[in-house]
Amino acid sequence: MAQTEAKTLAITGNGAVSLAMKQVDPDVVAAYPITPQTDVVQNFSQYVANGDVKAEFVTAESEHSAMSACIGSAAAGARTMTATSSAGYALMVEVCFVAASMRLPIIMTTVNRALSGPINIHCDHSDSMLGRDSGWLQIYNEDAQEAYDATVMSFPIAEHKDVRLPLMNMYDGFIISGAIGPLKPLSAEQVQEFIGQAPDYPRLLDAKNPVTMGPFDGLHGWYFEQKIAQNIAMDNALDVIQDTYDRFYELTGRRYEHLMKYRMDDAEIAVVVANSAAGNARGIVDKLRSEGIKAGLIKLRTFRPFPVKQYAEALADVKVVGVMDRADSFGAPGGPLYMEVLTSLYQEGQRAKAVNFIYGLGGRDVFPQNIEDVYRRLDAIAKGEQDAPRERIYVNAKGM
Amino acid sequence: MTDKDKTTKEMKWDISGIKNWGPHDHELGSLIPEAGNARYYHTGGWRTEFPIRDEETCTQCLFCYFFCPDSSVLAENQKVTDFDYDHCKGCGICAKECPADAISMHPESEFAERVKK
Repeated sequence: MAQTEAKTLAITGNGAVSLAMKQVDPDVVAAYPITPQTDVVQNFSQYVANGDVKAEFVTAESEHSAMSACIGSAAAGARTMTATSSAGYALMVEVCFVAASMRLPIIMTTVNRALSGPINIHCDHSDSMLGRDSGWLQIYNEDAQEAYDATVMSFPIAEHKDVRLPLMNMYDGFIISGAIGPLKPLSAEQVQEFIGQAPDYPRLLDAKNPVTMGPFDGLHGWYFEQKIAQNIAMDNALDVIQDTYDRFYELTGRRYEHLMKYRMDDAEIAVVVANSAAGNARGIVDKLRSEGIKAGLIKLRTFRPFPVKQYAEALADVKVVGVMDRADSFGAPGGPLYMEVLTSLYQEGQRAKAVNFIYGLGGRDVFPQNIEDVYRRLDAIAKGEQDAPRERIYVNAKGM
Repeated sequence: MTDKDKTTKEMKWDISGIKNWGPHDHELGSLIPEAGNARYYHTGGWRTEFPIRDEETCTQCLFCYFFCPDSSVLAENQKVTDFDYDHCKGCGICAKECPADAISMHPESEFAERVKK
């Protein structure tokens, strides 16, 4: 295993991702600025202006246009990237479905920010969860390092012949996007070697082998079968993602899995959480462990495809699991992550008690004490001192 | 042989069994591995009115040729020769734009009698 010897940089999450984009040097970036994503593409446009990259930078007039330009670019055969947040992502969603159904491996950074309203620029996961069913691969990242690594790893995953799907990388707006943290970057040469050449797939601008893309399904009725094919690609992606993570480990020594387990081996209570809140949760796990409470943590990484078997395995011996959602699905049995975890348990015939905690909406702080309260509640349920509530528990909400 | 069979035969891409194709049989992303095949899909059947051009009145200005949104005005040697009724959807833009009023629109019910002789 070759460890990288690069020195550690102090850099924002957005800075880390734009550095990865610079090292990838895609053919085309088409984007529109929105808080808190702005400096991802702003930095990149500077790299273009300085001649640091060969990429074409398209300043679109909206996110709908940005994603449409990405679709045209990827269909033409160009390696294509973009970035967005919140309302910008919501405006893209119509065409995001087209990108996925045309099987175009576009790579997008979605810096998590709340959807309106009331209008709110702070972090929650309601934007990317809106695209849950759009057919994009979704990877959630805790910090700048993970966001950087994920950007590099995206290409071999999305472009793999058995996958060929667009991919979204998420990290928390402001908490990660704007805060400075440590980053061990690869060299540009290492990045280029890792991602390799973009594979040769049928493209619009191949005059010798002309093709038709995005045709109207009015003649023979194949829409349904194409949708099934997208699901097959999602299934295939589970192995491709893990293989790519494993290859990245060989290069960097940084280990990634679909879900990141922390002190789960003999855990009786566990929390499932995505993105930056996982850092606080690890600290609480350590505190509770020192008291003899068998607490563990699962950090979400791969959300689409959802690794059902891995969740069931990780939670097989857990008595009570608390699923923390930073987005809600109004009127649903719980938040989106809660429903996925519950379904995973049910499909594998397991009946651990599960409690849904909604936290951090619109950037509401989640303090270590809040997460400790979550664990204490799970512990009380595990000891039979409390029943497991069926209703959502709102963390650090006022007047509850 | 139906019109649909003819269409299938003209295309290079063999889709003879497409009605029974499963998800693994299709190209990724609904891709059609040849270009320019929209002409094999006859859209003239969507029409409720069809155009007729009066040869005597026509000044060969070619306005209809350029205005037609479906490339359904046929021309040879810079002269309009006919309409492509397999693809003309009867929008009437040619009739509206014709400066010489040489094009008139007629109910589709008269198509068989007036055009398909």
